[in-house]
Amino acid sequence: MKPVLLLANAIAKHFGGVKALNGVSLTIREGEIYGLIGPNGAGKTTFFNVLTGLYHPDGGELLFEGHKLRASTPHVATQRGIARTFQNIRLFGNMTALENVMVGRHARTRAGVFGGVLRTRRTRAEEAAIHRRAEELLHYVGVAHRADDLAKHLSYGDQRRLEIARALATEPKLLALDEPAAGMNGTETESLRTLIEGIRGDGITVLLIEHDVKLVMGLCDRVAVLDYGVKICEDVPAIVQKDPKVIEAYLGGSVA
Amino acid sequence: MMAITLDSLRTDKRSALIATAAIGILLAVAPFVVGSALGNSWLRILDFALLYIMLALGLNIVVGFAGLLDMGYIAFYAVGAYLYALLASPHFGLHVPVWIIIPAGAVLAGVAGALLGAPTLRLRGDYLAIVTLGFGEIVRIFMNNLNAPVNITNGPQGISSIDPINMGGITLAKPLTVMGVTIPSLHAYYYLFLALTLLIVFVSIRLEDSRIGRAWVAIREDEIAAKACGINTRNIKLLAFTMGASFGGVAGGLFAGFQGFVSPESFNLMESVMVLCMVVLGGMGHIPGVILGGVMLTVLPEFFRHSAGPIQQALFGKILLDPEALRMLLFGLALVVVMLYRPAGLWPSTIRRREFRNGSASDVLKEGE
Repeated sequence: MKPVLLLANAIAKHFGGVKALNGVSLTIREGEIYGLIGPNGAGKTTFFNVLTGLYHPDGGELLFEGHKLRASTPHVATQRGIARTFQNIRLFGNMTALENVMVGRHARTRAGVFGGVLRTRRTRAEEAAIHRRAEELLHYVGVAHRADDLAKHLSYGDQRRLEIARALATEPKLLALDEPAAGMNGTETESLRTLIEGIRGDGITVLLIEHDVKLVMGLCDRVAVLDYGVKICEDVPAIVQKDPKVIEAYLGGSVA
Repeated sequence: MMAITLDSLRTDKRSALIATAAIGILLAVAPFVVGSALGNSWLRILDFALLYIMLALGLNIVVGFAGLLDMGYIAFYAVGAYLYALLASPHFGLHVPVWIIIPAGAVLAGVAGALLGAPTLRLRGDYLAIVTLGFGEIVRIFMNNLNAPVNITNGPQGISSIDPINMGGITLAKPLTVMGVTIPSLHAYYYLFLALTLLIVFVSIRLEDSRIGRAWVAIREDEIAAKACGINTRNIKLLAFTMGASFGGVAGGLFAGFQGFVSPESFNLMESVMVLCMVVLGGMGHIPGVILGGVMLTVLPEFFRHSAGPIQQALFGKILLDPEALRMLLFGLALVVVMLYRPAGLWPSTIRRREFRNGSASDVLKEGE
């Protein structure tokens, strides 16, 4: 069995009286595509925000590669190797697609004010490497033809892909995708599936929140189901699909 | 002005060379042309235009790049000016050389910028504007009241008889003779200010196109996404405040040496608003636009001041409206017109032009929205 990459232990997060996460424990192994599903308001995005340091958990702890993740600051989480995309796309709208991905290299590069002003040899080499890597990643996700266009002018599907390229630019070990297929048609979803499988093929572990049950069940190695801030099931898709609690809570009568 | 040449460099090397030479000659002869055609008062305005360009470029880093609305920017100008005034005037009897004071002014203003930035890190937009506005006023009121019990700033009377800028025994207060050519004082100041303005333009251009510059713009565009990209937004914002403030500190020191007198009245809220207008009107975040804004907003009010009287004389045979009152009225009107018809500023960023070159027709259409 592959080693554990992320261990979430009894994570809790409250908003006033609402227990958005109530002792959620998950184990994500290296090289997995791990699905996190559940009805609206189940706490999936809250878990993402705790994982990536946007929220401070009210209880529990996260172990990333066996070390405690004190990710109350998002840039530290990124440094450690956790990258994410957002449910409602958050690109830098007035920067070009290429510049968006170049920003993603920030955590892995070093040039400061003096390097930038004096353009030392090291800074120039670093800038060239940033540029090269950003172009490679645009190719990888398939939006290279829009490299010089402002991010806000890209089509919806391209924006989703660009956000993935920007997240990959941070050299993550764990890539957390928050509803990447939302609003996509069948063809777009299919090419997204190919992209995610490719990313896993490159050795990056993927954590996926998704409403598209067909996509999750077909793509994920294991799936956890959240309902009202509690994990009700965690297993391979075939077993999760048959779990009566899951059917009751999430799949309901309509899908099952 | 340098950015124009840099832009053209990319398209055509020869025309760029010609443009650079033309701009260089223009900048070099400008004080002589202006001085002989329009007189010394306009030459002073030219010198002030350069100071305001430095201020506008400093504020551009904070407002234009990092998107942090700073309404108290003139405080850093005050820090630089008062540092010069205190260290090089009979007030304390100190006469520290200028090549120590100006860099020290940049550093001190930078520290003040970080001090202002630290408590405002969680604020954005209008909330940040209110806090920075308060900071600007606090600095001015300090300068106004630090004359008792120990007299530091000489209060509202200000500090006078400040040493003129003096470099290696050559004072800029008297006409200089270089190789048989006599350079009057105002011209000499012009060349000094021009040199420092070009330096600040250079630093701005280099920073804009760097890892740090991209991080600033990323924070402006979406702070949460910037954090998710691994940007330590706290440090990068403080860096924007510090860099912007240090430009203001340089301009302030030059102002004190040039003017020979500083008082708190030179650093009121109106000045902060003026510099902010230069940035917004010229084209936020676009260096040539900001320079244009600095020139326009320094020259326009003076133009109205000088022309409002004579034009009325010529049209009506008498002066109907006081030129001083009319000047601000016309100036305000000009601001309103520009913002209505060019909301992105007089000279916005080149990305739009780049899109016209590379983008598809649909992008061009979207641009028109």
